[in-house]
Amino acid sequence: MPITVPRPNLNWRERMFLPAIVAGLAITWKHFVNMLFRRTKVTMEYPEEKWDANLPDYYRGAPALVRDSDGRVRCVACQLCEFICPPRAIKIIPGEISRSDRFAKVEKYPEEFDIDMVRCIYCGMCEEVCPEQAIYLRKDYAITGFTREEMVHHKDKLLEIGGVMHGVVLKWNAKK
Amino acid sequence: MDYFFIGTSFLKIVCLLAFVLGLMNYAVYAERRVSAFMQDRLGPNRVGFAGLLQPIADAGKFLLKEQFTPAHVNHVYYWLAPCLAMMPAVITLSVIPFGSTLFGVPMVIADINVGILFVFAIASLGVYGIVLGGWASNSKYPFLGGVRSSSQMISYELSLGLAVIPVFLLVGNLRLTSVVQYQIDHGWLIAPFIGDWMNPGKWLLAIPMLISFVVFTIAILAETNRLPFDLPEAEQELAGGYHTEYASMKFGLFFLGEYIAMITGSGIITTLFLGGWHFPGIPDGSHGPIFGLINIAVFFAKVCALIFFMMWIRWTLPRFRWDQLMRLGWLFFFEIALVNIFIVAAIMAFLPI
Repeated sequence: MPITVPRPNLNWRERMFLPAIVAGLAITWKHFVNMLFRRTKVTMEYPEEKWDANLPDYYRGAPALVRDSDGRVRCVACQLCEFICPPRAIKIIPGEISRSDRFAKVEKYPEEFDIDMVRCIYCGMCEEVCPEQAIYLRKDYAITGFTREEMVHHKDKLLEIGGVMHGVVLKWNAKK
Repeated sequence: MDYFFIGTSFLKIVCLLAFVLGLMNYAVYAERRVSAFMQDRLGPNRVGFAGLLQPIADAGKFLLKEQFTPAHVNHVYYWLAPCLAMMPAVITLSVIPFGSTLFGVPMVIADINVGILFVFAIASLGVYGIVLGGWASNSKYPFLGGVRSSSQMISYELSLGLAVIPVFLLVGNLRLTSVVQYQIDHGWLIAPFIGDWMNPGKWLLAIPMLISFVVFTIAILAETNRLPFDLPEAEQELAGGYHTEYASMKFGLFFLGEYIAMITGSGIITTLFLGGWHFPGIPDGSHGPIFGLINIAVFFAKVCALIFFMMWIRWTLPRFRWDQLMRLGWLFFFEIALVNIFIVAAIMAFLPI
C-alpha cells in the first residue's frame, strides 16, 4: 500500500531556508567552540587515559585463578570449567596432593592450568560453574601477544592476574 | 628581454605555488580537525604536536602507493583526468592579486586586463577533469558522478557570471588589481558605506552587493564541488563518485585540485568583495617591505577565514539533490543575480556613488 508522506506547507520565510541554515550553523559552531575549549568530553584518548578507573563492576575481563588468605591455590582440578567452557579454551592437567600436606583431603590440585586467550570469549561460565570459588573474571582487558603461544595464559600468569581473594568460603580449613 | 620581470615572475610563481600547496595540505588537516570538532570528535592528533605533521604523512603515503590502473579503463583519459582536474585551479591563481607590492614588485603573477573573464574561462575547465575522470573510469558510479558534474556546471555557471557583474559595473574595469584599488578608495564592496557614512546611495548599494556576495559565494561552493553541492563525489550515494577508480597520487591530484580550487575560489571572493589584501589602517607595500608582507598575510588570513566558512557550511548542511540544485540555479539565483544587476545600475544612475 503506498503511503503518502505529508508535505507541510511552508510560508515564505521558511521557504527561503536562510533562518534554518543560520540556526544550523549556530549549532555546529557551538559544538566546534565547545570542543575547541575542551568543554565537551566524549573521547577517551586510550593509551594516555585507561579504562581502568571507568570500568563498571560487572565488567568481565581476563579469567584468573585466585589464592585464598592461606596462600592455597583454590582450584581443586575438578575440571568443571574445562567441561563447561564453550570455546574449549581451558586445559587442566590434575595432580595429586601428597598425604602429608595440610590440605591432603582436597586430594587434587591443577598441575597445569592453561587458558588460551585467543579462544576465550569472556563469557564468565567458568566463574559461574566453579564450586570452589577459584576462578574469577578480572578487569584485565588488554591481552596482547605476538604469537599464539604467548596468548596462552599458564598457571603462573593466571595466579599473577588473580592474586589473593579475601572473603571467600574456606571449606577445606581445619574445623575449629 | 626584460630579465627583471621574468626573474621576479618566476620567483613569484615558485613561492606562491609552494605556499598554496602547503596551505592546501593544511586545509585538508584543518578540514579533518574542524569536521571532527563539529561532530564532537578529536580528529587526527597523533602525528607530531596536535597532529600537525599529519598532512606530510598523508602526502608521503600518496606518493609511495602503487600506481594502479584498472584493466577496464580508457588509459589516455584516465591518466589525463587528474591533471585536468588540478591544473585549472592552479592556473587561476596567477591572476589573483595576493598582496600589494614587495620591493616595488606587484604581488600578482599576471596582471591582465581581462582578469575575471580569465578566471571564469579557466575555472570552468575544471569540470572537464571530473567528467573525463568519470567517463574514462568505465564504471557505473564514476560515470554517474561525471554526468552529475556536468549537470551541476550548467546550473551554477550562469549565476556565477551574473553575480559579479554589479562589481564590475561599479569598478568599470575587469582588471582584478583595479577592483582591489577601487575597494581601497571607496570601501570594501561587501560594505561600501564604510568611510562614507552619510551617503545614502552607499547604504542602498550595500543591499545588492550583499545579495551579489551571497549568490557568488554559493556559486563558488558549487564550482569547487563542496557540500552542499558535492554531487559528483557524493560518498554515500556514489561510493566516491568520479574518483572511485582512482588510487595513490592520481586520487591525490583530484584531492589537490579540489582544495586548491577552494583556495582559489576564496581568493576570488576576497578580491572581489572583501577588499583583497587591504585592511583599514595598514598602508600598502610602498611604505616598506614589512607592510608588503603584512598585506600578503592579510590576504591569506581572509582566504583562510573563507575556507573555514566553507568547511563550516560543509559540516552543517545536507547535500542537495541534483534537480534541487538545477532549480536553485535556474529559478532562483539566475533571476536574483539578473535583477541585482538592474538594481545596481539604477542606483548608480540616480544616486551619487
